[in-house]
Parts: sequence; C-alpha cells; structure tokens
Amino acid sequence: MIEGARWKKWVWFYLPLGSFIVALLFPFYWMVVTTVRPDGELYRPWNHPLYSPFWTSHPTLDHVRNLLTETLFSTWMWNTMLIAFVATLISLFCGVIAGYALARLTFRWAGILGTAIFVTYLVPQTLLFIPLAEIIRDYHIGDTPWALILTYPTFLIPFCTWLMMGYFKAIPKELEECARIDGAARWQAMVYIILPIAVPGILSAGIFAFTLSWNEFIYALVFLSSPEQKTVPVGVTSELIRGDVFFWGALMAGALIGSIPVAIVYSFFVEHYVAGMTGSVKG
Amino acid sequence: MARVMLKDLNKVFDGNHVVKNVNLEIADREFVVLVGPSGCGKTTTLRMVAGLEEITSGTISIDETVVNNLAPMDRDIAMVFQNYALYPHKNVYENMAFGLRMRKFEKPEIDKRVRQAAEILGIQALLERRPRQLSGGQRQRVALGRAIVRNPRVFLFDEPLSNLDAALRVQMRVELKRLHDRLETTAIYVTHDQVEAMTLGDRVVVMKDGVVQQQGAPLELYERPANRFVAGFIGSPAMNFVATTVASDGLWVESSGVRLRVPPAKAERVRTYSGQRVILGMRPEALRLANGGDSADYSFDSLVEVVEPLGAEILLNVRAGGAPIVARVEPSTRVRVQEKVRLALDPARVHFFDASTEAAI
Repeated sequence: MIEGARWKKWVWFYLPLGSFIVALLFPFYWMVVTTVRPDGELYRPWNHPLYSPFWTSHPTLDHVRNLLTETLFSTWMWNTMLIAFVATLISLFCGVIAGYALARLTFRWAGILGTAIFVTYLVPQTLLFIPLAEIIRDYHIGDTPWALILTYPTFLIPFCTWLMMGYFKAIPKELEECARIDGAARWQAMVYIILPIAVPGILSAGIFAFTLSWNEFIYALVFLSSPEQKTVPVGVTSELIRGDVFFWGALMAGALIGSIPVAIVYSFFVEHYVAGMTGSVKG
Repeated sequence: MARVMLKDLNKVFDGNHVVKNVNLEIADREFVVLVGPSGCGKTTTLRMVAGLEEITSGTISIDETVVNNLAPMDRDIAMVFQNYALYPHKNVYENMAFGLRMRKFEKPEIDKRVRQAAEILGIQALLERRPRQLSGGQRQRVALGRAIVRNPRVFLFDEPLSNLDAALRVQMRVELKRLHDRLETTAIYVTHDQVEAMTLGDRVVVMKDGVVQQQGAPLELYERPANRFVAGFIGSPAMNFVATTVASDGLWVESSGVRLRVPPAKAERVRTYSGQRVILGMRPEALRLANGGDSADYSFDSLVEVVEPLGAEILLNVRAGGAPIVARVEPSTRVRVQEKVRLALDPARVHFFDASTEAAI
C-alpha cells in the first residue's frame, strides 16, 4: 500500500514537477553555459576534442569582459534601470490613486471609467507605437529616456489601476469609515490606514510594472536610436548581432546580467508579492 | 454629553425609500436602541447620524447644532462597527491612540487616556498585540476602547455583538450596560436582536420598512405594543396571533378553536368592532394550564403538538382549532404529545389588533 502510494507520488507529483522545472530553467542554464564557453567551442565545435553540447571544459569570462569593455552595456543597464524605475514610480502613483478612486468614491461614470481604463490596456503596443511616435516627435523627446518614461505608463497605468482597484475593494470599507470618524480626513484615512494595508498589493503592482518596463522591447526599439541611449533588450540585440554574425557569448552574457536585477527584485519581495496576488488582508 | 435630534429624516437610495420621516429625540445620557428586522433602515439611520451616509431630507442635530453637512470627524462621535474594523497593521495601543493622534493630542495625554480605557476594559495586557492575535471578545473590547478614549459626545453602535458567540454575547451585553452606566455618554445602538434591545435600552425604537413603529421604554413596548408588528417582534417566544370575529354583542371573540370573553378593560373599544374581524394576541407567558377553578370565559381546549422542555420552563406548541399557539408553562408540568390540554389566559394580558390596519385596539 505504502509502496504503491510512493510510486503514485513519483508519477503524479515529482515527475511533472521535475519536467516543469527542467523546461523552465533549461534556457537559463543554456544561457549560463554559452556565456562561459570559449569562442572555439561556440563556432567550430567539431574541431574541439572534448566537445559536449551541455558542458564546457574550458570556462572563460572573456565574453563578459568583452561585453563590459567593448560595448556600452553598462550604459544600457543604467538606462534601463532609470527608465524602468521612473516609469514604475509614475505608474504606481497614478494607479494607486485611480484604483482607490474607482474602488471607493461613488461618482457618476465610475464603472464606465474603470472599463475604459481597462480597454486602453487591451490596445496592442504594436499599434499604439505609431501614434505615440508622432507625439514623441512633436515634443522632441525622441532618443531620450523621456520617450520611454512617458510612454510606458500608457500600458502600466491601466495595469496598476486594475490591480490596485481589486486590492482596495478587498479591504473592508469600515476601516476607512472608522478612521474618518476617528478624526481623519479622507486623504489621511487613505495614507494612514488604507495604504499601509495595501502594501502587498502596491508591491505586486510595482514588481509587475518594473518587470514589464525592464523587458519592454518595441517602444525602446522604435523611440531610441543612438547606441548610448538604448536599453538592455534593444542594445544587446541590435549591437551584438551584426547582419548574420551573432556574438553568441556576449549576447548570452548580456541576457544573463540583464536578468539579474529583475531576479533580485522578485526574490526580495516574493513574500509580499505572493500575499498581494492572493489578495489577503491580514485582519 | 449631548442631545441628538432627528427631524423628518429621509433617505432614498437609487429610488428606494429606506428611511421614512424618522423623528427621534435622544436625551443627554440616554441609551437608545434602534431595533428591527434586516432592511428596516436602522443601520442607515445610524450611518446618517455618523455622517457616513448623506441625508436625503430632514435634519440631524447634536446639541442644537445641525450636523447635516459636517464631516464625520467634526461631529465628535465614536462608532463601534459590527466587524470591529480594527486597523490590522496597528497594535492595540495604536488602534486606540489613532483617533487622539488625528486630533493632535499631546503624547502624555494620549498615553494616559489609552491606559485608562484599557484598564476599564481589562485589556492592559493586550496593548502590544496586533488585532489578528486577539479573540473575538478581545477585539470587541479593543473596538470599545477605541471609542471611549476620545470621550466623544455620542456613541454609535452598529450591531457590535452579532459577531460573537452566544455566551460571549450575553457577557459583553452586561459589560456594555455597565460601561454606559459608568460613562453616561449618550448612545445610539442598532441591533436586530430584541433581547439586546430590551436589556440595553433606556428606550427602544422599533423600525420596519424605514418607518418607526413605536418607541418607548422596553417594558412599555412589551406591555402596550402599538401594533401587531411590535407585539410580534418584542418578546420571545413571539406573541400568538389568532384571527377572530367579534360577536354581535361585542362581548366575545371567536375563532374555530378559541372562544374568549373580551376583558372588561377592553370591552368598550372592542365593541365598535362588533361582527368584524380582529386579531387576538396572547403572549406565551400569559397562558398556563387550566385547573378546575378557571373561568370558562378565559380558557380554551387545545391539542399538544410539540413539547420543548427548556429547564426553567416548558414551551408547549399546541393547536387550538386551526391556530398554532405557544404556551410557556411551569417546568413541573407533565404533558405528552397529542394530549388534549385546556389553557387558561390571563385576561389582563390580552391584546386585540385591527385586522386591516394591524394597529392595537
């Protein structure tokens, strides 16, 4: 009986979980291996005596060194971080305030406004960049970080607003009413009572917004042109692929280093983040 | 300390008229209970006093000041909510101190008041805890503490005991009463539980469908209900109602199973209904098992359907003709289901209601 149970657990639990983990992590593993693989193994593996596709016997940091010294990678990192951070901040601020208003204030058209904000989120970026390009040209902010800082909120604000609206709705409104009777004005009730309770929701929205801006590709590709203005995703793909020449080692090193900040952000907030996603208000 | 006046108060929600012309004068230090079934407008009325709900028409004043357009924070009231509404991210001390901080009290004064309130409620040991580490009764006390630290002019209670289990509810009810006797603050208390209303209130206001049905001292409502609704709502088990016809001489009322003489005290008023239908009301405790000496004028035969022995009393569910009747009898009574018993009625405790308006006769 017990043996049977163990067998079942392997088949129904560990095996699916294992394959899931492998499928999920293999690209990252490949990225790491490619980063440290010497050029000889990368481009002419058949000439190499000890070649194995999943491993390298001569690890090297040449690609990382090249990436950091021969390209503008550190500038791209800085650009990406600045843009993602400021865009997230703007979107969170607007999203929290709009989400609160839609969840709590009873005003005419509140429902329609909420839906309208959501609909803007549904407009595909691949269409929206055309009118946005026009606007960016008119305001002469093309090829500056502002081109992205001001356009990312077009999809981040609806996203944050909806996430926060749901979160605010889950907080009992008596808390706020009680605060208002206790002597707080509406904004004080929001700042002292509602926002601290909504921290998990705000963090979730923030992490999501940060990740979306960090990985964003199409706006960054269209609105930025000079190499020193580029973000990591665009910089790496446009500067390390020359025609049909792929600098695989440096490309993978860029991708690897580029994903580290997001990984740090996630692991740092993971506890809050999970609480935020399940919408739990600890009472 | 304050007087609260509600004058011609109305509330309309999206076309639903939920509070209709409520007039209420609450004296200084009085404990008034609004009671009624759910949806009767009692909570809405309370929320209008608190300033959480806009007033459609009419005025609310506290101590001669019309507060209709004052924000909740400016009314100097405190409210205890059904779900306590404790701030989950603040400990007990901070929960109680919040209102004082918002009102810019000095730190030593805040500390003094919070500790004093904690002592009154016996929660000194809990000051550092978070709400989620407290039991239901403790949360309830913290919610009360948060209300009393501010020493407000009026306390508002919105079904504060309904989330507690039965035993705790009885205990907190007594504590609330004691607290009010000690603090002597004007209080408005909303509940759907008539026992709470009767035990706590100096005055009870019974509401139904947004209309005040009757207001008065608890025993006054019990003894002289203004209409059938109040008669049925106040008292447990509820009053028995039997549809009867007044005989042409006006001296008797009859239904298929009950024939009773109209008590002399009511005779004059009931006579005007001669030949018409009236509703006879008998409280379960006004009935007892008849013995040989009882007048046939005030007793009737019935068939026992269910016997509920409660220890201190026995509830007999009987049927007299078609009418189901509950009688509250001595615990020593021994009767069996399907047994025929004769019930005697205390003539001083008979009620009659108009069959169409349901007003007391």
